[in-house]
Amino acid sequence: MHGDAATIAALFAVDPAGLGGVVLRGPACSARDDWLTLLRDLLPPKTPVRRVPLNTGDTALLGGLDLGATLQAGRPVALQGLLAQADGGVLLLAMAERMGANAAARFGSVLDTGHVSLQREGLDSRVRTRVGLVALDEGASDDEQVPAALAERLAFRWVLQNPGDDEEGPLWSADEVQAARQRLGQVQVPDESLQALCAAAMALGIDSARPCLFAARVARAAAALAGCETVEEEHVAVAARLVLAPRATRLPDPSAEQEIEPDQEQPPEQQDQQEQAPDQDSAQNSPEPPEQNQDTPDPETDLPGPQDLAELVLQATQAAIPAGLLARLKSGAAQRSQSPSSGSAGAQQKNALRGRPVGARKGEPRAGQRINVLETLRAAAPWQQLRKRALAPEKAPRIVVHKEDFHVTRFRQLGQTTTVFVVDASGSAALNRLAEAKGAVELLLADCYVRRDSVAVLAFRGSSAEMLLPPTRSLARAKRSLAGLPGGGGTPLASAIDAAAALAGQIRRKGETPVLVFLTDGKANIARDAKPGRGPAAADALAAAAQLRMDGVSALLVDTSPQPQPSAQALASTMGAHYLALPYAGAQVLNQTVRAMAGRT
Amino acid sequence: MALTFPFSAIVGQDDMKLAIVLTAIDPTIGGVMVFGDRGTGKSTAVRALAALLPKMRVVTACPYGCDPQDARCTDCLAAAGGKTRPSQLVGVPVVDLPLGATEDRVVGALDLERALSQGVKAFEPGLLARANRGYLYIDEVNLLEDHLVDLLIDVAASGENVVEREGLSVRHPARFVLIGSGNPEEGELRPQLIDRFGLSVEVKTPNTLQERVEVVKRRDAFEQDPQAFTVHWEKEDDAVRKRIVAGRKRLAKLQVPDSSRDFAAQLCIALGIDGLRGDLTLVRAARALAALQGDKTVGRTHLQRVAPSALRHRLRRNPLDDSGSSTRVERALAELAAP
Repeated sequence: MHGDAATIAALFAVDPAGLGGVVLRGPACSARDDWLTLLRDLLPPKTPVRRVPLNTGDTALLGGLDLGATLQAGRPVALQGLLAQADGGVLLLAMAERMGANAAARFGSVLDTGHVSLQREGLDSRVRTRVGLVALDEGASDDEQVPAALAERLAFRWVLQNPGDDEEGPLWSADEVQAARQRLGQVQVPDESLQALCAAAMALGIDSARPCLFAARVARAAAALAGCETVEEEHVAVAARLVLAPRATRLPDPSAEQEIEPDQEQPPEQQDQQEQAPDQDSAQNSPEPPEQNQDTPDPETDLPGPQDLAELVLQATQAAIPAGLLARLKSGAAQRSQSPSSGSAGAQQKNALRGRPVGARKGEPRAGQRINVLETLRAAAPWQQLRKRALAPEKAPRIVVHKEDFHVTRFRQLGQTTTVFVVDASGSAALNRLAEAKGAVELLLADCYVRRDSVAVLAFRGSSAEMLLPPTRSLARAKRSLAGLPGGGGTPLASAIDAAAALAGQIRRKGETPVLVFLTDGKANIARDAKPGRGPAAADALAAAAQLRMDGVSALLVDTSPQPQPSAQALASTMGAHYLALPYAGAQVLNQTVRAMAGRT
Repeated sequence: MALTFPFSAIVGQDDMKLAIVLTAIDPTIGGVMVFGDRGTGKSTAVRALAALLPKMRVVTACPYGCDPQDARCTDCLAAAGGKTRPSQLVGVPVVDLPLGATEDRVVGALDLERALSQGVKAFEPGLLARANRGYLYIDEVNLLEDHLVDLLIDVAASGENVVEREGLSVRHPARFVLIGSGNPEEGELRPQLIDRFGLSVEVKTPNTLQERVEVVKRRDAFEQDPQAFTVHWEKEDDAVRKRIVAGRKRLAKLQVPDSSRDFAAQLCIALGIDGLRGDLTLVRAARALAALQGDKTVGRTHLQRVAPSALRHRLRRNPLDDSGSSTRVERALAELAAP
């Protein structure tokens, strides 16, 4: 077991609720099992440790109506959720990288308030829930992250290392943890320690106040574990290394310590930190500095005042920044890597697609519809006395439910539309079209927050089609990508249609509805094999169009040539697209047409 | 009820604190939306409200917390008939609308227990009833389910909750100040819901070391000994409370001169704001500010102070203008100030 991993387990076991938890990144392997076993051993016996599967429903998670007991008793009986059951213990969140923003917000509010407040299914309660979470993050790529809102509320992040490096870390026993728990309340945190931690956090570009708070608590737990009354320098160093270093968004600037420019981009830290995880595993086992805190007391500084302490902490933290992250910070890439497509906004999108319950309606449950027990009972409730009177007293069940009482839950899938603009950028005249497409994209995006739609742009010219703007909802990003768009060259229409079809398929698999908008004059002159020639190019384009029609993607073809072209009309009918001759299609007209299309589908 | 972190112990965040105090002086301003970075004390401030606000008088046992002077619910109106009913002082309700709340608990529904056991059709009031005359707080407001958003939009506008379900037909007053907090990265809000918020505040992490240390220090002190910490800050909370009470008294007498109304209208026109809610909110907020500061009249300085909060979220999005909404309000203010 790696030294720091063991330390994290011990610190977390001392104060699970106070520290929020651990993001444990890495595949399901023996190292992870070892760590979890260690944690379980360190926690006091009988501490509840529950596993929470992904996509646990609200009833199971927060609590709800216990159906069996309610019917048995003839009065509402509450069912405790997993969260409340784990009070005082630890929850293991399986596959946390797939968690949606909604689930993350539920966990977040429990961590913040220490309570589950339940306002569901006729129940109204507030249950004390002091839990720590272990988010088991199996994300392999940077697209898969624990939602930022959750990761923010967990003190530790740890990337699982390959087993086999037999570094002997400080190993704590359950008794020591138990003693530390007793001592925790008495440990004092001196002001200069707080100052040092906050200074280090600022220098590393950590914006949120929570990491500082966590660092202070970790320092306290470390002191308690070591049996100290006050937090010492080494505890501060441990806290800085384990809490602050993985969240760094920039390297401290040695020249201007005081100058803290307000950097607006906050959350890239965990993305980066985890992004570099896979390569770190192999490349970076030994340089991970477990001894860093021991040698922080620099021989030159004899009396560590507040300023010196801050300096030391910063050094320790800096040394603990994982190598991959370090490289990114140095190249300034950390700021840029924050892509709007990853992160929580995307997660919410995904979540919405699975359908949300939107109330209930009368009807029998069939064909996959789910019965809404509560509404069914509610419907049955007023009739109980009457119905029971109709039955013989000894035969009467506790609750008489008739067929007409049945209610089913309605789910609604948010029908998200992704509009793909396929823009002909060939030849010099196409420059106009491009400008119009850009305008339309911006107009669509400007009000996309109303409809939660996204937009993508494919441009084709020369010999191939190029994705200019992957599906996005971010106006800023779209503007950036569209700013420098070159024009000129041949018209590889077939490749463009193929690329659009592939993108449409991708969008569909995400559960969204693609709408393709072609802006072209339909005069193909580059065939699929990238060879020039009108004849084969047109044939290829028609073949690709026919394929697109088979896929059943709704499309709009805007003929941008000065005179309506038969070739474009033929292409439109082959791909089953709406044909629109708009020689001077302005952005506004285009926008309206596309919106009408999206509404139609 | 567990102790909450005291309002006055929150470091910095003056805009947010001011907005909340203004709505306490004049609830008709209509709610505060708090947007900003994570870990900036958004929720902390709202949860501290309950302990901060002066107590209010309610009709005893009225499920909607009616004011004895101005009873609005059917129960009270039927029972009153000229007589005064017994009343008592209670804390202002600050109701948390937790994520995962179901519709029946929000609007109220058939009381299942009584229906099942006694066969009685009774209405069990929901969170909207409880929030009447107080605050309704929605954390992570942008994650709220759409069907709940629709409900809230309607009730927040009409001040009345109409329940038509399970054979029940109930209407009851539900006037509350809506407070929403969230992180813009989690998703956008419906424009209709945004419109229901009178003021909007953007919060940022304090960026001086001193403030940051203070944040961590106070939080730590509170967690170590909530009792002592609350007692320590009681005086400050009292002072804020007194200012709120004094502000409320002055509010009724404050006149808004026509010149100030003109200025507000000009500003809204300059910014191209649709609807009149912007004007109204701006003037109301400025009046509350004048009342808070004990000024005799509502002047331009008051309007200027609250204009960003009152108008920022009402600006139409302009895809061709990248500058933030706050900047646009400030720019318009500067242009108006220098004719």
